[in-house]
Amino acid sequence: MARAGPPFLDTRGIIFLAILIAAAVLVPVMALAMPPGSFFHMPVYLVALFGKYLCFALLALALDLVWGYCGVLSLGHGAFFALGGYAMGMYLMRQIGSRGVYGNPDLPDFMVFLNWKELPWTWWGFSSFPYAMMMVLLLPGVLAFAFGWFAFRSRVTGVYLSIITQAMTYALLLAFFRNDMGFGGNNGLTDFKDILGFSVQAGSTRAALFSLSALMLAGSYLIARAITVSKFGKVLIAIRDAESRTRFIGYRVETYKLAVFVVSAMMAGAAGALYVPQVGIINPGEFSTTNSIEAVIWVAVGGRGTLVGAALGAVVVNFAKTWFTGVLPEFWLFALGLIFILVTLFLPKGIVGTMSQWTSRERRRAGGAPAAAE
Amino acid sequence: MVTNAENPSLTSSLLYLDGVSVSFDGYKALRGLSLVLAPGEMRAIIGPNGAGKTTMMDIITGKTRPDEGEVLFAGATDLTRLDEVAIAELGIGRKFQKPTVFESHTVGDNLLLALKAPRSAMATLFGRPPADQQERIDRILETTRLKDLRAKPAADLSHGQKQWLEIGMLLAQDPRLLLVDEPVAGMTDAETAQTAVLLREIAKDHSVVVVEHDMGFIRELGVKVTVLHEGAVLAEGPLDVVSADPRVIEVYLGR
Repeated sequence: MARAGPPFLDTRGIIFLAILIAAAVLVPVMALAMPPGSFFHMPVYLVALFGKYLCFALLALALDLVWGYCGVLSLGHGAFFALGGYAMGMYLMRQIGSRGVYGNPDLPDFMVFLNWKELPWTWWGFSSFPYAMMMVLLLPGVLAFAFGWFAFRSRVTGVYLSIITQAMTYALLLAFFRNDMGFGGNNGLTDFKDILGFSVQAGSTRAALFSLSALMLAGSYLIARAITVSKFGKVLIAIRDAESRTRFIGYRVETYKLAVFVVSAMMAGAAGALYVPQVGIINPGEFSTTNSIEAVIWVAVGGRGTLVGAALGAVVVNFAKTWFTGVLPEFWLFALGLIFILVTLFLPKGIVGTMSQWTSRERRRAGGAPAAAE
Repeated sequence: MVTNAENPSLTSSLLYLDGVSVSFDGYKALRGLSLVLAPGEMRAIIGPNGAGKTTMMDIITGKTRPDEGEVLFAGATDLTRLDEVAIAELGIGRKFQKPTVFESHTVGDNLLLALKAPRSAMATLFGRPPADQQERIDRILETTRLKDLRAKPAADLSHGQKQWLEIGMLLAQDPRLLLVDEPVAGMTDAETAQTAVLLREIAKDHSVVVVEHDMGFIRELGVKVTVLHEGAVLAEGPLDVVSADPRVIEVYLGR
């Protein structure tokens, strides 16, 4: 009897994709076609807010791919997100042209302010959208490759790896704070005017960016799912469960880790690139270590090793954050810590992991075959 | 020094260890260990705790590098220059002392991962599974008596079943040499007897090195025994001869 592997799309995945596609279609309709007084009307600020959640969901999905499946707890994924964001921000800065405060057609405002005479080489090509989009993937990808090459080859694992990923994002934080790096220093990049000729403030642009975020999340989910159900994905789980055993069976563990780390970093970069035009700013604060740690909490809350759970966790926690910072802004970090503790104690498998445990228990009680374990 | 051509035990051997020494922080785990395994042979290795049994396995599989001495596979390949993956590719499989299977994978997937097939990331991501894959897994499930447990997560197996699954994973790799570290530790008597049958079956077409404490089990295997003590070979021969050796009795059996 041949045992069928997990289907490419399970019920959970189909529901997830259906929601994303529905949102990608309905949200623009609600924001643009419905009259402002209508019950179905969605104000533009909400569109941007939900779009931001989707970018975080994509970051969480990327993190789940390395942490949930391969056991690589990266506490530096915010760095890849921020790098993608900076690449997009640089494109948006170049689109301002002579509309800046100083009206300089060649240099962004902050460079004029610093009395710079010409564009640094790092900015070369960023007025081209395709080049910038390539960099959105390439910059995080190359950083992840270089970092992973040394870390995985030296067999740095567990908390040690987590600590050096923190150090990586912290080092970038400090570097981007410096004015002479040429990326806007403390203030970062902001005052964006338009993207591909459309005003970033316009409701239609916001709606389009939201839909793109939803579709990017859906596409990335499909890629992540294809990876995790393949034999490659089984090897990742094997590495997570028993790394040296995997090595003795003959798999080059460092190659697998490196490959999935790079793919994940690129997804995080894409998330950052979609995030920046929706919030209108990118500054070194995005490299802060707490951002990366928050992303880990999203994944833990949603359920690691479930993909959909990671995305759900990001939305749920950020929704809570939006609500909480409105009511009791000083206490949000305490609340976040409390959520993490409660989830670790009572929902160690996260929301989605616990739900699938329930359903498989129900199914077993009903006398059916036990559900395939994830 | 003896060159390869003059040494018949080297060219005809599958595994050849000569004068292997290694120390950790000043503690000499192996002191000039020498061992020759013929192709197709099954060998049992016994010795008290700290005799260097596991260190020897670590050296053969590339986990530890010896300070000195030769470690050759099939008369030609210097194992001290290769890492774990390269040695696994050569055809040396290892079963750990503590059963380590992939807990969240099913029994079937554990075997699938171990099955001899291209190991590169490209192959596992884009490759098509070989046509006879299911058949090969079925055969191993049959041999290791795990057929009914195929769809169960390995975490749900009993200790003995995990040991068999791990032996099954070794078989799936189809190695030329199997290193089996304490396969019956913690097993019931019935499980131990079944494991002996299983290993004898495997030894029909594989070379096997078994490290074990359980004398009854070694007796059931009925193979040549090497006794290690303080990182070197103390005695070698059939179990009855070895266990009559006064030095062996003193350091190990007599206690």
